[in-house]
Amino acid sequence: MKKLSARRRHPLAAVVVLLFALAVTGGLYAAFAPADTAKADDTAQSLAIEEGKKLYSVGCASCHGTGGQGTSDGPSLVGVGSAAVDFQVATGRMPLQQQGAQAPRKKTVYTQAEIDQLAAYIASLGAGPVAPTKSQYSPDGADIAKGGELFRTNCAQCHNFTGKGGALSNGKYAPTLEGVNPKHIYEAMQTGPQNMPSFPDTTMSEKNKKDIIAYLDTVNSDKTKSPGGLELGGLGPVSEGLFAWIFGLGALVAVAIWVAAHTAKAKKS
Amino acid sequence: MSSQDIPEETLPSAQGAHEGVVATAGDPFADPGLPPHEPRIQDIDERAAKRSERVVAFLFMLSMLATVGFIASYVTLPVDKSIYVFPIGHISALNFALGLTLGVALFCIGAGAVHWARTLMSDVEHADERHPIEASPETKAKVLADFAQGAEESGFGRRKLLRNTMFGAMALLPLSAVVLFRDLGPLPGTKLRKTAWSEGKMLINQNTLQPLRPEDIQVGSLTFAMPEGMKEEDHDFQQEIAKAALMIVRLRPENIKDKRELDWSADGIVAFSKICTHVGCPISLYEQQTHHVLCPCHQSTFDLSDGGRVIFGPAGHALPQLRIKVNDKGYLEAMGDFAEPVGPAFWERG
Amino acid sequence: MSTATHSSRKAPAGERVADWADGRLGIYSLAKVNMRKIFPDHWSFMLGEVCLYSFVIIILTGVYLTMFFHPSMNEVVYHGTYEPLQGVHMSEAFKSTLDISFDVRGGLLIRQIHHWAALIFLAGMFVHMMRVFFTGAFRKPREVNWLFGFLLFVLGMFTGFTGYSLPDDLLSGTGVRFMEGAILSVPIIGTYISMFLFGGEFPGSDFVPRFFSIHVLLLPGIMLGLLVAHLILVFYHKHTQFPGPGRKNENVVGMPLLPVYMAKAGGFFFLVFGVIAAIAAIATINPIWAMGPYRPDQVSTGAQPDWYMGFAEGLIRVMPGWEINVWGHTFVLGVFIPLVIFPLVLGAIAVYPFIESWVTGDKREHHLLDRPRNAPTRTAFGAAWIAAYFVMLVGGGNDLWATHFHLSINAITWFVRVGFFVIPVLTFIATRRICMGLQRRDRDKVLHGRESGIIKRLPHGEFVEVHEPLSQDQLHTLTAHEQPKPLELEPEVDENGVARKIGATQKLRVKLSKGFYGEGTQIPKATAEEYQEITSGHGHH
Repeated sequence: MKKLSARRRHPLAAVVVLLFALAVTGGLYAAFAPADTAKADDTAQSLAIEEGKKLYSVGCASCHGTGGQGTSDGPSLVGVGSAAVDFQVATGRMPLQQQGAQAPRKKTVYTQAEIDQLAAYIASLGAGPVAPTKSQYSPDGADIAKGGELFRTNCAQCHNFTGKGGALSNGKYAPTLEGVNPKHIYEAMQTGPQNMPSFPDTTMSEKNKKDIIAYLDTVNSDKTKSPGGLELGGLGPVSEGLFAWIFGLGALVAVAIWVAAHTAKAKKS
Repeated sequence: MSSQDIPEETLPSAQGAHEGVVATAGDPFADPGLPPHEPRIQDIDERAAKRSERVVAFLFMLSMLATVGFIASYVTLPVDKSIYVFPIGHISALNFALGLTLGVALFCIGAGAVHWARTLMSDVEHADERHPIEASPETKAKVLADFAQGAEESGFGRRKLLRNTMFGAMALLPLSAVVLFRDLGPLPGTKLRKTAWSEGKMLINQNTLQPLRPEDIQVGSLTFAMPEGMKEEDHDFQQEIAKAALMIVRLRPENIKDKRELDWSADGIVAFSKICTHVGCPISLYEQQTHHVLCPCHQSTFDLSDGGRVIFGPAGHALPQLRIKVNDKGYLEAMGDFAEPVGPAFWERG
Repeated sequence: MSTATHSSRKAPAGERVADWADGRLGIYSLAKVNMRKIFPDHWSFMLGEVCLYSFVIIILTGVYLTMFFHPSMNEVVYHGTYEPLQGVHMSEAFKSTLDISFDVRGGLLIRQIHHWAALIFLAGMFVHMMRVFFTGAFRKPREVNWLFGFLLFVLGMFTGFTGYSLPDDLLSGTGVRFMEGAILSVPIIGTYISMFLFGGEFPGSDFVPRFFSIHVLLLPGIMLGLLVAHLILVFYHKHTQFPGPGRKNENVVGMPLLPVYMAKAGGFFFLVFGVIAAIAAIATINPIWAMGPYRPDQVSTGAQPDWYMGFAEGLIRVMPGWEINVWGHTFVLGVFIPLVIFPLVLGAIAVYPFIESWVTGDKREHHLLDRPRNAPTRTAFGAAWIAAYFVMLVGGGNDLWATHFHLSINAITWFVRVGFFVIPVLTFIATRRICMGLQRRDRDKVLHGRESGIIKRLPHGEFVEVHEPLSQDQLHTLTAHEQPKPLELEPEVDENGVARKIGATQKLRVKLSKGFYGEGTQIPKATAEEYQEITSGHGHH
């Protein structure tokens, strides 16, 4: 202790402390950051199956196997359907960049034409949910309020009241639905990507899905109204509390400092 | 806890003798007393004082303008008008206008008053003497004597019968208030043990309000059901759904680790209570690859492939499972009520 | 007592009104003591005013809201302005809250001011309480007022809880459900309390009207009483002040109520109200329309209480799920233990003043504040308490921490489980060391002066920094604090050779006193002798 005390005034002490703090922070983060292996499923099928197959063998086969049968790094794609391929590839989740708790949404690598080819190839491996047509997922003519009720029963538990996303166990999460193409929302409900359960037409009708999409279009899009002002992320009381502390109490303390401060004197002492 | 057993010299007052009242010449730390008052610019420069005056008057006038703005907004803006304000978003024009004008009107009054006080009112510091809170010994003696006399005159100490019956009466009286609370609610009885499920009730899909068939439910899907005959308009719907809500998933029979769970399933379809056994939130954050279901409120995690066992979090016991079968018409139906109370644990649960 | 001088002068109208009132209310005697009452200037003394004013704002806006709110759980179908809820079943309470937000002009603003002011009220009380704690303002004669303030904080928490539960929305309903589950965990009487509170099974149709009377009548009534008592005591005790030239334990230095503090404090009310109104114009709070009406089978992720209940939420989230079944009964420890820890942790800070005064045996009045560094043990205890509180706040928001920092929710829960015990201890040790470091710096400053930043080269080539001696004002301010010595056990044999018994409590007290003030808990402050030796001998380095 004595030695430590004596050396803490050393010019390099600050550097050492900083390095130590960085190492500890990094170590802690590494310890807490989830390190599970990703399990992502996809598939596809259709027209330009040959083209799709070529694309597949370059971009996908290393994890999902040369014939889509799956390997230890990726699940089998037989029977996942074109809807799953379109969802996974068009939202950028596939191809996976690195193993993690789950595949994150990112920039799309393929063009829509290529995605359709990939989907056609995978769909040819076995029948599965088919990617929806525009009339199926368009919010026009749907019942928004019914969609809200369905959303709160089926979706809000993971994706939050208005689809802002939320946490799952061990570093997995339900992503935000902000800025997600209605088509992909529809496909996600059909196919149940990654750890999300599926909501097939037999238990959640086409009409139900359309209603949900219409609800999201109203409460979670760039034209959504937030009459009261800043949404604060739509995350509820935690962000409200932070705002009240930082901007509410913070502003009031700043004002109090001004009120209580001594007025400047004529001659500076 | 008296301090009388503490030697006087360890009390802080006796140590430093730092009264600070008498500044002995030799003490470099002695209290020099209140520093002399130094004037502000406004005190010596009349032009500066005028400037302050104008600022204060300007603030008060700004407040008046803001109040006029408030009334004008109230009258002119429709309640449902929405405007886009960068970077806030699409917000209610009325709320924004009323809030800002009210804020400015209030803030300017405050700022004006404070600026007035800070620059134009005297800032000479005064010292007020404090006096000990404790009464002088004479006062204390007088009060005690008065009390003793009053107590004596009342006969409180002598007439024990009076005193004791009075205490008795006063102790008994609040019981009537306690009794009055009895009708706040019914006794628990077996209410927490029973749900709306009973033998032969079909499982109704909450999305479509149609009875569920086993082929509707795929592996990896998630479905919510309520008992046949329940309607949202029913007066007791909220109480009943709070216990009867059901979560249905399909597992491959080889994935079901718990034997009873397998016995109580129908074609691998298992029906668990949607109500968390911790404090009753509706769980249902179902992870279809791990078969885990997480509660969004307190993160209790249950394994639906292993009898609903708790694998993480604060829940104390497994999720109750509803025993189901496929009836003659091909629909899923309950084979009875839950075998144990659903929802949070309670003393009589056993 | 009016001794009106019947002179020929006719008193001005204001004076005549005052005379009239004095003859009935005795206002002159009252004003004689209070009109020029002195208040010291310091920004942290205004934190209590933030609370007072936000409370007034809450009452004003709350009264307005009661004119439109229907505290009823009757089921209705919505056909109002807000489209995404058309045709949805909901309680009248929820519907009337929607109407306040969308159809009453300015209703949304008042609702938002009410709720924002409530969050700021509680945050203000928390910070105000910490200011009082860290400066030792709770010492005699203010212990009772400390307790009043603490009760106001606790009652404020429950008033807030019952308040945000009233709209009967999906988020607050989840909170009420949690409360029901917590009540059920109480041994023996839990189920009965739950049935009585909810008028039967959860949710029933009674809790909104019952919470309404508790929220608008019972709790605010008690709070108003406590608040008045709190303010009367502040006036009666006169405000504390920091040590400084001319500022003694026997006086209070500052500016008079009339006019300076009338203007400053009165103006501050408008400033607080103005800031909160502006916040309510800019940021939305509790958008119940986005959450939907309560249904016990629906839920949203990220279900959190308002911030002041986040600490309780953390306790309940990180507790392991212990449950014991014996003799046909269930001990729901996983819920009941947090329910017990909750008041214990809050109570720890409330009883601290009494522990400190018992340990020190100090019976004097204290009107001069301590700088936190000069009471290292107290400061360290307070910091440790805040650390425990904030660890639990992290636990209460573990899901949002997980999503926003890409962490595992399970890892955070484990971190909080361990951290609740470890972090306060580390904070205690670190804070005490920091305090002593600051004491050491003060001592150096007193003895050697302030570092002037001027570097001087001595004839033999050495560079030294010139230290400016402090003014006497500063010397006094930095040495005005007391440094108590720890208690000593009295000898087991008194001066007459008679053995005396020393009780266990006395031993504990001496032990605690050593821990508070014994070796290694404070740096001896500079003495006059040391100072004179250094200054007279040109002992600068």
